[in-house]
Amino acid sequence: MKELIKKLVEAFGPSGCEDEVSAIIRAEIGDKAEVRSDNLGNLIAFKKGTGGGKRIMISAHMDEIGLIVSYVDKKGFARIGSIGGIPIATLTGGRARFADGTVGVLYNEKDAWKGPEALSDCYMDTGATSPEDSPVKVGDVACLHRPFEVLGNRLVSKAMDDRIGCAVALQALLEMPSSPNDLFFVFSTQEEVGCRGAMVAAFGIEPEIGVAVDVTLTGDTPQAKPMSVELGKGPAIKVKDAGMLAHPGVKNWMVATAEKLQIPFQLEVLTGGTTDAYTIQTSRDGVAAGCLSIPTRYVHSPSEMVDYDDVLNSVKLLVGMLETEITI
Amino acid sequence: MDIVNLLRNLSQASGISGYETEVRDIVRQALEPFADEFRVDTMGNLIATKRGRTPAGAPRRSIMLAGHMDEIGLIVKDIKDGYPRVTDVGGIDHRTLLGQEVIVHGKRKLPGVIGSRPPHVLAPSDYEKPVPWDMLFIDTGLPEESLREVVQVGDLVTLRREFLELSEGYVSGKTFDDRAGVASLAVCLEMLAAMNHTWDVHAVSTIQEETGLKGATVAAFGLSPDIGIAVDVGFGAQPGVSPEESIKMNEGPAMAIGPNVHPLMQARLAETASKYEIPMQKEIIPGGSGTDGWAIQVARCGVPTAVLSIPLRYMHTSVETLNVKDVERTGRLMAMFISGLDEAFASQLGL
Amino acid sequence: MLLKELSEARGVSGNESAVRELLLKNLDGVIDEHRVDALGNLICLKRAKLPAATGAPRTVMVAAHMDEVGFIISGYNSDGTLKYERVGGIDKRMLLSKPVLVGEKAVPGVIGFRPIHLIGRAGTEKVADISQTAIDIGASGKEAAAKLVQPGDYVTFRTSFEVLSEDGLRAAKGKALDDRVGCAELVEVLKGDYAFDLYGVFTTQEEVGLRGARVAGYRVNPDVAIALEGTVCDDLPKERDRDVSPVTELGKGPAITFRDGSVICDRRLVKLLADTAEAEGIPYQYKRGAVGGTDAGAMHLVREGVPSVVLSVPCRYIHAPVSVLSLNDFENAIKLLRAALTKLEGGLDA
Repeated sequence: MKELIKKLVEAFGPSGCEDEVSAIIRAEIGDKAEVRSDNLGNLIAFKKGTGGGKRIMISAHMDEIGLIVSYVDKKGFARIGSIGGIPIATLTGGRARFADGTVGVLYNEKDAWKGPEALSDCYMDTGATSPEDSPVKVGDVACLHRPFEVLGNRLVSKAMDDRIGCAVALQALLEMPSSPNDLFFVFSTQEEVGCRGAMVAAFGIEPEIGVAVDVTLTGDTPQAKPMSVELGKGPAIKVKDAGMLAHPGVKNWMVATAEKLQIPFQLEVLTGGTTDAYTIQTSRDGVAAGCLSIPTRYVHSPSEMVDYDDVLNSVKLLVGMLETEITI
Repeated sequence: MDIVNLLRNLSQASGISGYETEVRDIVRQALEPFADEFRVDTMGNLIATKRGRTPAGAPRRSIMLAGHMDEIGLIVKDIKDGYPRVTDVGGIDHRTLLGQEVIVHGKRKLPGVIGSRPPHVLAPSDYEKPVPWDMLFIDTGLPEESLREVVQVGDLVTLRREFLELSEGYVSGKTFDDRAGVASLAVCLEMLAAMNHTWDVHAVSTIQEETGLKGATVAAFGLSPDIGIAVDVGFGAQPGVSPEESIKMNEGPAMAIGPNVHPLMQARLAETASKYEIPMQKEIIPGGSGTDGWAIQVARCGVPTAVLSIPLRYMHTSVETLNVKDVERTGRLMAMFISGLDEAFASQLGL
Repeated sequence: MLLKELSEARGVSGNESAVRELLLKNLDGVIDEHRVDALGNLICLKRAKLPAATGAPRTVMVAAHMDEVGFIISGYNSDGTLKYERVGGIDKRMLLSKPVLVGEKAVPGVIGFRPIHLIGRAGTEKVADISQTAIDIGASGKEAAAKLVQPGDYVTFRTSFEVLSEDGLRAAKGKALDDRVGCAELVEVLKGDYAFDLYGVFTTQEEVGLRGARVAGYRVNPDVAIALEGTVCDDLPKERDRDVSPVTELGKGPAITFRDGSVICDRRLVKLLADTAEAEGIPYQYKRGAVGGTDAGAMHLVREGVPSVVLSVPCRYIHAPVSVLSLNDFENAIKLLRAALTKLEGGLDA
């Protein structure tokens, strides 16, 4: 799966500009499912079930966090705004990449050794000397610029959040044997700016069950905020995050599947952050929603890290969940 | 209705946001004699419907009442050296947790204590600061191995507190926010059983209000009511809270005034209170009311909404305190309001 | 002048009826139908009067919000002054020494503050704590005050609308230009004839969470949505002469938003507005800085999603007692909008 993951994570796709990622996923799906796009750019791949099952929406978001040019000053330096939550401490000395491949260096006005206090202290240097010769203009969008790397059994890249979820959902779709359930694999947009894509997709699909596939944090790094999830201990089954509480029936179904198929898993309580499940849950008159999380270190930095076995086990778990009859 | 007993049973029941099953059964029992239909929706809201007697030829109208049955609590996020570490579900001031007795809902219910290191061994600077969330732990007295057989990450922890009867109708306990509101729904439905009303009443005991008004959001969409009233608790006058930030204890529910309330709903509630001599106060809320009413108001094409608050001291602690007469008054106000609903009011609202 | 009347009309979030009445008067004979919904939105319909081309949207919703930021009276002090709370995000640095009007009867009052003599220079270096202020209507005590105003009465700034200069930028000052300028534009736009059903929605409660637009959007369920706004204009001197974005500039034309804090606008609509401006020779600018939220934030998430865009008139000092805009920008916004709506008849993907 590493080639697929590399292709996805290295693609350009900050919130609102997910076209490139959408095209890659669409090409991979081929004719394995009925595919359509909606008004917010969500890519919805439908696999009809054999009958008697449930209507299930699986959601992995295509968008990544990024930067947007809000101004180019008299000397050609670009001022930037954030798309989604960018920890500004990760910017200084880094690089960003635009859709056409243009690269810019990120720096800040404050003491370089200390780091910026706010995004307004930061700027981008594209090598321009004035607004006229600037290769970028107001409104242009950039993603963080960092390549995919393999570190033993760990994979590192920008945009693991949530291209790894897209890879898992996509792989599950491709491997999916026949199932009684109607499956809507949604590759959603604009999650990082408020789980917006999933909100409108859910309204259109009217699922009975919704499962987001996204990253979650871990508590296994030095002085990490206490959290039980660790890299390499299996996919995490979400109980709660800052935006929602998983439907107990969905959580139990996920646990039962993992236990039956002997897939290692962890239970997850996340104190900061949420996923597409947040907006899916309160769609119309309510959806039984949960989330399959891939443990990830350094989330929202340019070097997000996952464990490859966790990824493979996530695919196994997702397929296992979706291929059977479900009681919630 | 024995409101004190009802409140006792509701208060003692467990029902942290997302896990309201136990309290839902108790609410169901309490409302059973007074409603015609019961339904539990996908997320777990309990919808008790009492049908009105619609005159021939008139459209069926409905009012949605909402009181939330979920409570704030704790959830195990990690287990370290045999001590579960927790985070809150809904907003808890962690300073009120030190020395609090709890129940851990693992494979079985385990009593526990939230402890801390004794002052004798703390440096003065540590003693002067509140214990941070990450240093709060639950002591069940069990060794790690035994604990892990019973408790896992994701298990819920409720606050353990007895219901106390104080004097002059005051009672104290956990989770009157918003089991008091739910109790007032019961009072309302009981009164309506002996009255005529033309509009259908959907008395909804909502879930997950404390974690984002989720129950009311989906229930209002599903029911698509003509109007709605949310009943929650409001800041009762108490030490540490100024008169301008609070409403008076034992002087009836407070009606919210502000963008969350439709002016005609406001006027009609005031008329009703005046006509039937039910004490009612006013509470200015310049923006979101922080109650289910904020969600109900923007369901689908919009719902004319009102918000009633039962005065409550020490909100979100385990010693919430109110006067039961205020619960009765709130239920009665809603019943009288509902009995007066007619097509003329529907026209005024432009329904 | 309608913009003047609208600016001086009083309608804080939750209490927009006076603005609504004024608008209805000015729309008499212009629109085919209207309704007032549960949130107080004024939803006006101008049915399609021209034949539709294939690919044209069937329903277009254009929204401007009627509400302004203001205050609400929360109680009395024993000395007859009034306690108040802010409604919407008023810049709290702007409150000291301002005249206000309270309640339906527009009782005049002032927000005073401790004299500098008693504070001392050092005390003036911090932002004033507004919980230390009250509204003074000149009542001698609580009882006297209660005869004039009640808790729940809404309060607006007392600011008259005035054109500052007939030349150059044709700058005008007034309160609530965010978003009475949008309302004035929408009235003009509704006078046109289009090849689709045009819902001109004057929304409520935008300032407390885009509430009116959310439910009106759900009801109308448009194919395309456009929000008209008065937006941040920071073309002012900066600290340390920093060369940073002004967001928008007065006089440089209406501003097109590609994204703000609440919405990522549909690229086709952004292009449609820009191309139309170019073709018609109308000056325009982009909003440079994804700050703020607008009704488009609510409209684009209605049901299965609605392609949306925001067109704004730059307003200096929004959310303050007095704002400044350029009448040129206002008139150009109307021109651009009418031309763009006509172009929209050819479809979004044309």
